[in-house]
Amino acid sequence: MDSPFGLLAELTYRCPLACPYCSNPLNLADYGDELTTGDWMRVLTEAGDLGVLQCHLSGGEPLLRRDLVEIVAHAHLLGLYTNLITSAVGFSRPRAELLRTAGLDHVQISIQADEPARSDRIAGVPSFRRKVEAMGLVKELGWPLTMNVVLHRYNIGHVAEVLALAEEVGADRVELANTQYYGWAWRNRAALLPSRAQLAAAEEVVRAAVERLRDRMDIVYVIPDYYSRYPKPCMGGWASRQLTVTPNGDVLPCPAAQSLPLPRASVREEPLERIWAEAPVMTAFRGTDWMPEPCRGCPRREVDFGGCRCQAFLLTGDPARTDPVCHLSPDHELVERAVTAANSERRPRGSALVPRPHQARRPVGPRQVR
Amino acid sequence: MDPTPLTRTRPSTAEVSGTDRPRPARHVRLDYSRTRQRRILLHPEAVVVLNGTGAAILELCDGRHTVAEIVSELGTRYRGVPEEEVRRFVGRLVARRWLELSDG
Repeated sequence: MDSPFGLLAELTYRCPLACPYCSNPLNLADYGDELTTGDWMRVLTEAGDLGVLQCHLSGGEPLLRRDLVEIVAHAHLLGLYTNLITSAVGFSRPRAELLRTAGLDHVQISIQADEPARSDRIAGVPSFRRKVEAMGLVKELGWPLTMNVVLHRYNIGHVAEVLALAEEVGADRVELANTQYYGWAWRNRAALLPSRAQLAAAEEVVRAAVERLRDRMDIVYVIPDYYSRYPKPCMGGWASRQLTVTPNGDVLPCPAAQSLPLPRASVREEPLERIWAEAPVMTAFRGTDWMPEPCRGCPRREVDFGGCRCQAFLLTGDPARTDPVCHLSPDHELVERAVTAANSERRPRGSALVPRPHQARRPVGPRQVR
Repeated sequence: MDPTPLTRTRPSTAEVSGTDRPRPARHVRLDYSRTRQRRILLHPEAVVVLNGTGAAILELCDGRHTVAEIVSELGTRYRGVPEEEVRRFVGRLVARRWLELSDG
Protein backbone atom coordinates (compact mmCIF):
# COMPACT_ATOMS: atom_id res chain seq x y z
CA MET A 1 0.00 0.00 0.00
CA ASP A 2 1.37 3.40 -1.03
CA SER A 3 0.76 6.79 0.52
CA PRO A 4 -1.88 8.90 -1.17
CA PHE A 5 -0.66 11.90 -3.18
CA GLY A 6 -3.83 13.94 -3.30
CA LEU A 7 -6.75 14.84 -1.07
CA LEU A 8 -10.00 16.02 -2.60
CA ALA A 9 -11.59 18.07 0.16
CA GLU A 10 -15.27 18.46 -0.70
CA LEU A 11 -15.96 21.31 1.69
CA THR A 12 -19.69 21.61 0.98
CA TYR A 13 -22.23 20.33 -1.51
CA ARG A 14 -24.08 23.66 -1.45
CA CYS A 15 -23.73 25.38 -4.82
CA PRO A 16 -25.01 28.55 -6.49
CA LEU A 17 -25.15 26.67 -9.81
CA ALA A 18 -27.55 23.90 -10.80
CA CYS A 19 -25.66 22.08 -13.55
CA PRO A 20 -27.41 18.90 -14.69
CA TYR A 21 -24.04 17.12 -15.18
CA CYS A 22 -23.00 17.57 -11.54
CA SER A 23 -21.27 14.53 -10.05
CA ASN A 24 -22.40 15.31 -6.50
CA PRO A 25 -24.63 12.63 -4.95
CA LEU A 26 -28.39 12.70 -5.44
CA ASN A 27 -29.02 12.53 -1.68
CA LEU A 28 -27.56 15.99 -1.01
CA ALA A 29 -29.69 16.32 2.15
CA ASP A 30 -27.55 13.67 3.87
CA TYR A 31 -24.48 15.91 3.72
CA GLY A 32 -25.84 19.02 5.43
CA ASP A 33 -24.00 18.36 8.71
CA GLU A 34 -20.69 19.78 7.51
CA LEU A 35 -17.31 19.40 9.19
CA THR A 36 -16.20 22.37 11.28
CA THR A 37 -13.14 24.49 10.59
CA GLY A 38 -11.29 22.60 13.33
CA ASP A 39 -12.27 19.25 11.80
CA TRP A 40 -10.89 20.28 8.41
CA MET A 41 -7.64 21.51 9.93
CA ARG A 42 -7.19 18.18 11.68
CA VAL A 43 -8.02 16.29 8.47
CA LEU A 44 -5.44 18.32 6.53
CA THR A 45 -2.79 17.74 9.18
CA GLU A 46 -3.50 14.00 9.18
CA ALA A 47 -3.45 13.96 5.38
CA GLY A 48 -0.06 15.69 5.33
CA ASP A 49 1.30 13.14 7.81
CA LEU A 50 -0.05 10.37 5.60
CA GLY A 51 1.96 11.69 2.65
CA VAL A 52 -0.61 13.83 0.84
CA LEU A 53 1.05 16.59 -1.19
CA GLN A 54 -1.86 18.19 -2.98
CA CYS A 55 -5.10 19.49 -1.59
CA HIS A 56 -7.97 20.10 -4.00
CA LEU A 57 -10.60 22.31 -2.39
CA SER A 58 -13.85 21.53 -4.06
CA GLY A 59 -17.57 21.02 -3.50
CA GLY A 60 -20.30 22.10 -4.38
CA GLU A 61 -18.89 25.59 -4.21
CA PRO A 62 -16.01 25.85 -1.72
CA LEU A 63 -16.32 29.66 -1.60
CA LEU A 64 -19.60 29.17 0.27
CA ARG A 65 -17.52 28.08 3.26
CA ARG A 66 -16.82 31.23 5.28
CA ASP A 67 -13.67 29.60 6.65
CA LEU A 68 -12.13 28.86 3.25
CA VAL A 69 -9.27 31.33 3.77
CA GLU A 70 -8.39 29.73 7.13
CA ILE A 71 -8.47 26.25 5.60
CA VAL A 72 -6.20 27.36 2.74
CA ALA A 73 -3.80 29.04 5.15
CA HIS A 74 -3.56 25.84 7.18
CA ALA A 75 -2.97 23.69 4.10
CA HIS A 76 -0.29 26.12 2.96
CA LEU A 77 1.38 26.01 6.36
CA LEU A 78 1.55 22.23 6.01
CA GLY A 79 3.32 22.66 2.67
CA LEU A 80 0.46 21.26 0.58
CA TYR A 81 -0.07 22.41 -3.00
CA THR A 82 -3.52 23.99 -2.81
CA ASN A 83 -5.91 24.00 -5.72
CA LEU A 84 -9.25 25.82 -5.58
CA ILE A 85 -11.91 24.26 -7.81
CA THR A 86 -14.63 26.86 -8.13
CA SER A 87 -17.59 28.12 -10.14
CA ALA A 88 -16.13 31.60 -9.39
CA VAL A 89 -19.46 32.77 -8.00
CA GLY A 90 -18.38 34.55 -4.82
CA PHE A 91 -14.79 35.06 -6.02
CA SER A 92 -14.74 38.77 -5.19
CA ARG A 93 -11.57 40.85 -5.27
CA PRO A 94 -11.25 41.11 -1.47
CA ARG A 95 -11.79 37.37 -1.06
CA ALA A 96 -9.32 36.61 -3.86
CA GLU A 97 -6.69 38.84 -2.25
CA LEU A 98 -7.14 37.07 1.09
CA LEU A 99 -6.76 33.69 -0.62
CA ARG A 100 -3.62 34.91 -2.37
CA THR A 101 -2.14 36.01 0.95
CA ALA A 102 -3.15 32.70 2.55
CA GLY A 103 -0.95 30.93 -0.01
CA LEU A 104 -3.44 29.41 -2.46
CA ASP A 105 -1.36 27.94 -5.32
CA HIS A 106 -3.74 27.42 -8.21
CA VAL A 107 -7.28 28.25 -9.30
CA GLN A 108 -9.54 26.21 -11.54
CA ILE A 109 -12.67 27.95 -12.78
CA SER A 110 -15.49 26.14 -14.53
CA ILE A 111 -17.50 27.59 -17.36
CA GLN A 112 -20.50 25.81 -18.80
CA ALA A 113 -20.12 26.95 -22.43
CA ASP A 114 -18.46 29.56 -24.61
CA GLU A 115 -20.96 32.42 -24.35
CA PRO A 116 -23.32 33.92 -21.75
CA ALA A 117 -26.71 32.65 -22.88
CA ARG A 118 -25.67 29.03 -23.38
CA SER A 119 -23.44 28.91 -20.29
CA ASP A 120 -26.09 30.45 -18.03
CA ARG A 121 -28.76 28.14 -19.39
CA ILE A 122 -26.69 25.08 -18.47
CA ALA A 123 -25.61 26.53 -15.10
CA GLY A 124 -29.21 27.44 -14.32
CA VAL A 125 -28.21 30.92 -13.10
CA PRO A 126 -26.62 34.01 -14.67
CA SER A 127 -22.93 33.46 -13.97
CA PHE A 128 -20.92 33.55 -17.21
CA ARG A 129 -19.85 37.19 -17.06
CA ARG A 130 -18.56 37.02 -13.51
CA LYS A 131 -16.71 33.82 -14.34
CA VAL A 132 -14.85 35.63 -17.12
CA GLU A 133 -14.16 38.56 -14.77
CA ALA A 134 -12.91 36.16 -12.12
CA MET A 135 -10.55 34.54 -14.63
CA GLY A 136 -9.10 38.00 -15.31
CA LEU A 137 -8.66 38.53 -11.57
CA VAL A 138 -6.89 35.18 -11.18
CA LYS A 139 -4.37 36.20 -13.83
CA GLU A 140 -4.04 39.74 -12.46
CA LEU A 141 -3.16 38.42 -8.99
CA GLY A 142 -0.51 36.17 -10.54
CA TRP A 143 -2.07 32.73 -10.12
CA PRO A 144 -1.87 29.97 -12.68
CA LEU A 145 -5.34 29.46 -14.15
CA THR A 146 -7.07 26.33 -15.34
CA MET A 147 -10.34 26.73 -17.19
CA ASN A 148 -12.53 23.66 -16.96
CA VAL A 149 -15.47 22.86 -19.19
CA VAL A 150 -17.54 19.72 -18.76
CA LEU A 151 -18.55 18.57 -22.24
CA HIS A 152 -21.88 17.04 -23.22
CA ARG A 153 -24.44 17.13 -26.01
CA TYR A 154 -25.40 20.77 -25.38
CA ASN A 155 -21.95 22.37 -25.57
CA ILE A 156 -19.58 19.96 -27.31
CA GLY A 157 -20.31 21.60 -30.66
CA HIS A 158 -18.69 24.79 -29.34
CA VAL A 159 -15.28 23.51 -28.31
CA ALA A 160 -13.53 25.84 -30.76
CA GLU A 161 -15.17 28.88 -29.18
CA VAL A 162 -14.37 27.58 -25.69
CA LEU A 163 -10.70 27.32 -26.67
CA ALA A 164 -10.79 30.83 -28.14
CA LEU A 165 -12.15 32.11 -24.83
CA ALA A 166 -9.41 30.27 -22.92
CA GLU A 167 -6.83 32.00 -25.11
CA GLU A 168 -8.48 35.36 -24.59
CA VAL A 169 -8.47 35.09 -20.78
CA GLY A 170 -4.91 33.74 -20.81
CA ALA A 171 -5.61 30.35 -19.21
CA ASP A 172 -2.49 28.30 -18.54
CA ARG A 173 -4.43 25.05 -18.75
CA VAL A 174 -7.74 24.04 -20.23
CA GLU A 175 -9.57 20.90 -19.24
CA LEU A 176 -12.12 19.72 -21.74
CA ALA A 177 -13.73 17.03 -19.67
CA ASN A 178 -16.34 14.80 -21.21
CA THR A 179 -19.12 14.19 -18.70
CA GLN A 180 -18.62 11.31 -16.30
CA TYR A 181 -21.90 9.65 -15.56
CA TYR A 182 -22.23 9.75 -11.78
CA GLY A 183 -24.65 11.54 -9.46
CA TRP A 184 -26.83 14.05 -11.32
CA ALA A 185 -25.05 13.31 -14.61
CA TRP A 186 -26.05 9.65 -14.27
CA ARG A 187 -29.63 10.72 -13.78
CA ASN A 188 -29.41 12.92 -16.90
CA ARG A 189 -27.34 10.55 -19.00
CA ALA A 190 -29.83 10.02 -21.81
CA ALA A 191 -30.03 13.76 -22.41
CA LEU A 192 -26.32 14.53 -21.95
CA LEU A 193 -24.55 11.76 -23.87
CA PRO A 194 -23.26 13.22 -27.15
CA SER A 195 -23.37 11.50 -30.52
CA ARG A 196 -20.40 9.89 -32.22
CA ALA A 197 -20.46 12.60 -34.90
CA GLN A 198 -20.34 15.36 -32.26
CA LEU A 199 -17.35 13.73 -30.59
CA ALA A 200 -15.47 13.22 -33.84
CA ALA A 201 -15.91 16.88 -34.76
CA ALA A 202 -14.83 18.08 -31.30
CA GLU A 203 -11.77 15.84 -31.25
CA GLU A 204 -10.62 17.23 -34.58
CA VAL A 205 -10.86 20.78 -33.19
CA VAL A 206 -8.97 19.76 -30.03
CA ARG A 207 -6.17 18.06 -31.98
CA ALA A 208 -5.62 21.16 -34.10
CA ALA A 209 -5.68 23.45 -31.05
CA VAL A 210 -3.15 21.31 -29.16
CA GLU A 211 -0.80 21.71 -32.11
CA ARG A 212 -1.43 25.44 -32.56
CA LEU A 213 -1.21 26.38 -28.85
CA ARG A 214 1.60 24.00 -27.94
CA ASP A 215 3.83 26.70 -26.48
CA ARG A 216 1.16 28.64 -24.67
CA MET A 217 -1.44 26.38 -23.13
CA ASP A 218 -1.82 22.90 -21.76
CA ILE A 219 -4.95 21.38 -23.27
CA VAL A 220 -6.23 18.33 -21.48
CA TYR A 221 -8.95 16.30 -23.09
CA VAL A 222 -10.74 13.85 -20.80
CA ILE A 223 -11.95 10.99 -22.95
CA PRO A 224 -15.61 10.05 -23.25
CA ASP A 225 -15.31 6.57 -21.81
CA TYR A 226 -18.64 5.30 -23.13
CA TYR A 227 -17.05 5.52 -26.57
CA SER A 228 -13.74 3.92 -25.56
CA ARG A 229 -12.55 0.39 -26.15
CA TYR A 230 -10.99 0.11 -22.70
CA PRO A 231 -12.05 1.64 -19.40
CA LYS A 232 -10.28 4.53 -17.68
CA PRO A 233 -7.74 3.65 -14.96
CA CYS A 234 -10.02 5.34 -12.46
CA MET A 235 -8.05 7.38 -9.84
CA GLY A 236 -4.93 5.41 -10.85
CA GLY A 237 -6.37 2.39 -9.05
CA TRP A 238 -8.80 2.09 -6.14
CA ALA A 239 -7.43 3.72 -2.96
CA SER A 240 -4.00 3.91 -4.52
CA ARG A 241 -3.13 7.58 -5.11
CA GLN A 242 -6.07 9.73 -4.02
CA LEU A 243 -8.65 10.08 -1.30
CA THR A 244 -11.78 12.15 -0.94
CA VAL A 245 -13.34 13.58 2.19
CA THR A 246 -17.01 14.56 1.78
CA PRO A 247 -18.63 17.59 3.49
CA ASN A 248 -19.82 15.46 6.43
CA GLY A 249 -16.46 13.73 6.93
CA ASP A 250 -16.90 10.46 5.06
CA VAL A 251 -13.66 9.19 3.54
CA LEU A 252 -13.79 7.65 0.07
CA PRO A 253 -11.31 6.53 -2.58
CA CYS A 254 -13.07 8.75 -5.13
CA PRO A 255 -15.85 11.34 -5.16
CA ALA A 256 -18.37 8.95 -6.71
CA ALA A 257 -17.89 6.08 -4.27
CA GLN A 258 -20.52 7.18 -1.75
CA SER A 259 -23.11 5.27 -3.78
CA LEU A 260 -21.39 1.91 -3.29
CA PRO A 261 -22.70 -0.64 -0.77
CA LEU A 262 -19.67 -0.43 1.56
CA PRO A 263 -19.60 0.49 5.25
CA ARG A 264 -18.86 4.16 5.72
CA ALA A 265 -15.69 5.47 7.32
CA SER A 266 -15.65 8.94 8.86
CA VAL A 267 -12.93 11.32 10.01
CA ARG A 268 -15.29 12.10 12.87
CA GLU A 269 -14.75 8.60 14.22
CA GLU A 270 -11.28 7.45 13.16
CA PRO A 271 -7.93 8.90 12.19
CA LEU A 272 -7.34 9.22 8.46
CA GLU A 273 -4.29 6.99 8.57
CA ARG A 274 -6.26 4.04 9.95
CA ILE A 275 -9.07 4.59 7.46
CA TRP A 276 -6.60 4.65 4.54
CA ALA A 277 -4.91 1.45 5.71
CA GLU A 278 -7.80 -0.62 7.03
CA ALA A 279 -11.31 0.64 6.32
CA PRO A 280 -13.28 -1.73 4.06
CA VAL A 281 -14.18 1.22 1.80
CA MET A 282 -10.44 1.51 1.03
CA THR A 283 -9.41 -2.14 0.99
CA ALA A 284 -12.41 -3.57 -0.92
CA PHE A 285 -10.93 -3.05 -4.40
CA ARG A 286 -7.31 -2.16 -3.68
CA GLY A 287 -4.81 -4.03 -5.85
CA THR A 288 -5.86 -6.82 -8.21
CA ASP A 289 -7.02 -9.66 -5.90
CA TRP A 290 -10.69 -8.66 -6.07
CA MET A 291 -10.80 -8.91 -9.86
CA PRO A 292 -13.17 -11.19 -11.73
CA GLU A 293 -12.56 -12.48 -15.23
CA PRO A 294 -11.91 -11.11 -17.80
CA CYS A 295 -9.84 -8.63 -15.73
CA ARG A 296 -8.00 -11.23 -13.67
CA GLY A 297 -6.23 -12.76 -16.65
CA CYS A 298 -6.00 -9.55 -18.69
CA PRO A 299 -2.57 -8.08 -19.54
CA ARG A 300 -4.10 -4.63 -18.93
CA ARG A 301 -5.15 -5.35 -15.34
CA GLU A 302 -2.46 -3.01 -13.99
CA VAL A 303 -3.02 -0.49 -16.78
CA ASP A 304 -6.68 0.26 -16.15
CA PHE A 305 -7.28 -1.65 -12.86
CA GLY A 306 -10.58 -3.06 -14.12
CA GLY A 307 -11.90 0.45 -14.77
CA CYS A 308 -14.26 2.29 -12.48
CA ARG A 309 -15.96 0.45 -9.58
CA CYS A 310 -18.65 3.10 -9.31
CA GLN A 311 -19.49 2.81 -12.98
CA ALA A 312 -19.62 -1.00 -12.68
CA PHE A 313 -22.01 -0.61 -9.75
CA LEU A 314 -24.24 1.99 -11.43
CA LEU A 315 -24.53 -0.05 -14.61
CA THR A 316 -24.71 -3.61 -13.24
CA GLY A 317 -25.57 -3.31 -9.54
CA ASP A 318 -22.31 -5.08 -8.64
CA PRO A 319 -19.18 -2.98 -7.96
CA ALA A 320 -16.91 -6.02 -8.34
CA ARG A 321 -17.65 -6.56 -12.04
CA THR A 322 -15.46 -5.45 -14.92
CA ASP A 323 -16.28 -1.87 -15.93
CA PRO A 324 -18.91 -2.39 -18.67
CA VAL A 325 -17.17 0.29 -20.75
CA CYS A 326 -14.54 -2.35 -21.59
CA HIS A 327 -15.35 -4.13 -24.85
CA LEU A 328 -14.30 -7.39 -23.14
CA SER A 329 -16.84 -6.97 -20.33
CA PRO A 330 -19.74 -9.45 -20.35
CA ASP A 331 -21.94 -6.43 -19.55
CA HIS A 332 -20.66 -4.22 -22.38
CA GLU A 333 -24.07 -4.33 -24.00
CA LEU A 334 -25.32 -1.96 -21.26
CA VAL A 335 -22.98 0.73 -22.55
CA GLU A 336 -23.64 -0.10 -26.19
CA ARG A 337 -27.34 0.38 -25.62
CA ALA A 338 -26.82 3.89 -24.20
CA VAL A 339 -24.52 4.76 -27.09
CA THR A 340 -27.00 3.42 -29.65
CA ALA A 341 -29.75 5.55 -28.11
CA ALA A 342 -27.52 8.64 -28.21
CA ASN A 343 -26.92 8.08 -31.93
CA SER A 344 -30.45 7.14 -32.87
CA GLU A 345 -32.31 9.30 -35.36
CA ARG A 346 -35.43 8.68 -33.33
CA ARG A 347 -33.83 10.23 -30.24
CA PRO A 348 -36.34 12.74 -28.82
CA ARG A 349 -35.24 16.36 -29.27
CA GLY A 350 -34.84 18.69 -26.30
CA SER A 351 -34.88 15.97 -23.65
CA ALA A 352 -35.69 17.13 -20.15
CA LEU A 353 -32.72 17.71 -17.87
CA VAL A 354 -33.06 17.55 -14.12
CA PRO A 355 -30.98 20.39 -12.61
CA ARG A 356 -29.19 19.58 -9.41
CA PRO A 357 -30.65 21.63 -6.57
CA HIS A 358 -28.59 24.45 -5.00
CA GLN A 359 -29.38 23.00 -1.60
CA ALA A 360 -30.87 19.75 -0.53
CA ARG A 361 -34.27 21.11 0.40
CA ARG A 362 -35.22 22.74 -2.86
CA PRO A 363 -37.82 20.94 -4.91
CA VAL A 364 -36.58 19.45 -8.16
CA GLY A 365 -38.36 19.70 -11.50
CA PRO A 366 -37.39 19.13 -15.11
CA ARG A 367 -35.98 22.01 -17.08
CA GLN A 368 -35.78 22.23 -20.87
CA VAL A 369 -32.39 22.84 -22.40
CA ARG A 370 -32.23 23.30 -26.12
CA MET B 1 -9.70 17.28 -10.08
CA ASP B 2 -11.27 14.56 -12.02
CA PRO B 3 -11.36 10.82 -11.49
CA THR B 4 -10.33 10.08 -15.05
CA PRO B 5 -7.17 9.69 -16.97
CA LEU B 6 -6.21 12.75 -18.88
CA THR B 7 -5.47 12.12 -22.48
CA ARG B 8 -2.94 14.25 -24.24
CA THR B 9 -2.37 14.42 -27.92
CA ARG B 10 0.88 16.26 -27.28
CA PRO B 11 4.23 14.87 -28.48
CA SER B 12 6.10 13.07 -25.72
CA THR B 13 9.30 15.07 -26.04
CA ALA B 14 10.44 18.53 -27.18
CA GLU B 15 13.64 19.74 -28.81
CA VAL B 16 15.96 21.35 -26.26
CA SER B 17 19.19 23.13 -27.09
CA GLY B 18 22.23 23.86 -24.93
CA THR B 19 21.40 27.57 -24.78
CA ASP B 20 17.84 27.12 -23.52
CA ARG B 21 17.18 28.16 -19.93
CA PRO B 22 14.49 25.90 -18.45
CA ARG B 23 12.34 26.89 -15.49
CA PRO B 24 9.22 25.39 -13.92
CA ALA B 25 5.96 26.48 -15.53
CA ARG B 26 3.89 28.88 -13.48
CA HIS B 27 1.64 26.11 -12.18
CA VAL B 28 4.50 23.78 -11.21
CA ARG B 29 6.43 23.70 -7.93
CA LEU B 30 9.56 21.81 -6.89
CA ASP B 31 9.12 20.55 -3.34
CA TYR B 32 10.04 17.85 -0.83
CA SER B 33 7.97 14.98 0.54
CA ARG B 34 8.76 14.15 4.17
CA THR B 35 6.93 10.85 3.99
CA ARG B 36 8.80 9.67 0.91
CA GLN B 37 12.05 11.54 1.69
CA ARG B 38 12.28 12.50 -1.95
CA ARG B 39 12.15 15.69 -3.98
CA ILE B 40 8.89 16.01 -5.85
CA LEU B 41 7.46 18.09 -8.64
CA LEU B 42 3.91 19.31 -8.02
CA HIS B 43 1.39 20.19 -10.69
CA PRO B 44 -2.34 20.97 -10.27
CA GLU B 45 -3.30 17.44 -11.33
CA ALA B 46 -0.22 15.32 -10.79
CA VAL B 47 2.91 14.66 -8.76
CA VAL B 48 6.27 13.39 -9.97
CA VAL B 49 8.52 11.75 -7.38
CA LEU B 50 12.09 12.48 -8.45
CA ASN B 51 15.20 10.34 -8.26
CA GLY B 52 18.50 11.93 -7.23
CA THR B 53 19.59 13.01 -10.69
CA GLY B 54 16.12 14.27 -11.60
CA ALA B 55 16.06 16.38 -8.45
CA ALA B 56 19.55 17.72 -9.12
CA ILE B 57 18.60 18.72 -12.67
CA LEU B 58 15.39 20.42 -11.56
CA GLU B 59 17.09 22.37 -8.80
CA LEU B 60 19.15 23.99 -11.55
CA CYS B 61 16.11 24.66 -13.76
CA ASP B 62 15.70 28.18 -12.40
CA GLY B 63 15.48 30.19 -15.64
CA ARG B 64 19.09 31.38 -15.17
CA HIS B 65 21.16 28.28 -15.93
CA THR B 66 21.36 27.14 -19.55
CA VAL B 67 21.06 23.44 -20.31
CA ALA B 68 24.79 23.43 -21.11
CA GLU B 69 25.55 24.97 -17.71
CA ILE B 70 23.32 22.43 -15.97
CA VAL B 71 25.20 19.61 -17.67
CA SER B 72 28.59 21.01 -16.66
CA GLU B 73 27.42 21.71 -13.09
CA LEU B 74 26.13 18.14 -12.72
CA GLY B 75 29.39 16.83 -14.20
CA THR B 76 31.24 18.26 -11.19
CA ARG B 77 28.88 16.42 -8.81
CA TYR B 78 28.19 13.10 -10.47
CA ARG B 79 30.31 10.95 -12.67
CA GLY B 80 28.84 10.52 -16.12
CA VAL B 81 25.68 12.55 -16.55
CA PRO B 82 25.52 12.66 -20.33
CA GLU B 83 24.19 15.83 -21.92
CA GLU B 84 21.87 13.70 -24.00
CA GLU B 85 20.20 12.36 -20.85
CA VAL B 86 19.68 15.83 -19.37
CA ARG B 87 18.25 17.11 -22.63
CA ARG B 88 15.89 14.17 -22.87
CA PHE B 89 14.70 14.65 -19.29
CA VAL B 90 14.17 18.38 -19.76
CA GLY B 91 12.58 17.76 -23.19
CA ARG B 92 10.02 15.39 -21.73
CA LEU B 93 9.02 17.89 -19.06
CA VAL B 94 8.88 20.71 -21.61
CA ALA B 95 6.59 18.61 -23.83
CA ARG B 96 4.28 18.11 -20.85
CA ARG B 97 4.51 21.84 -20.07
CA TRP B 98 5.95 21.25 -16.60
CA LEU B 99 9.04 23.20 -17.68
CA GLU B 100 9.25 26.25 -19.91
CA LEU B 101 12.22 27.40 -21.94
CA SER B 102 13.62 30.84 -22.46
CA ASP B 103 16.74 31.40 -24.51
CA GLY B 104 19.41 34.07 -24.66
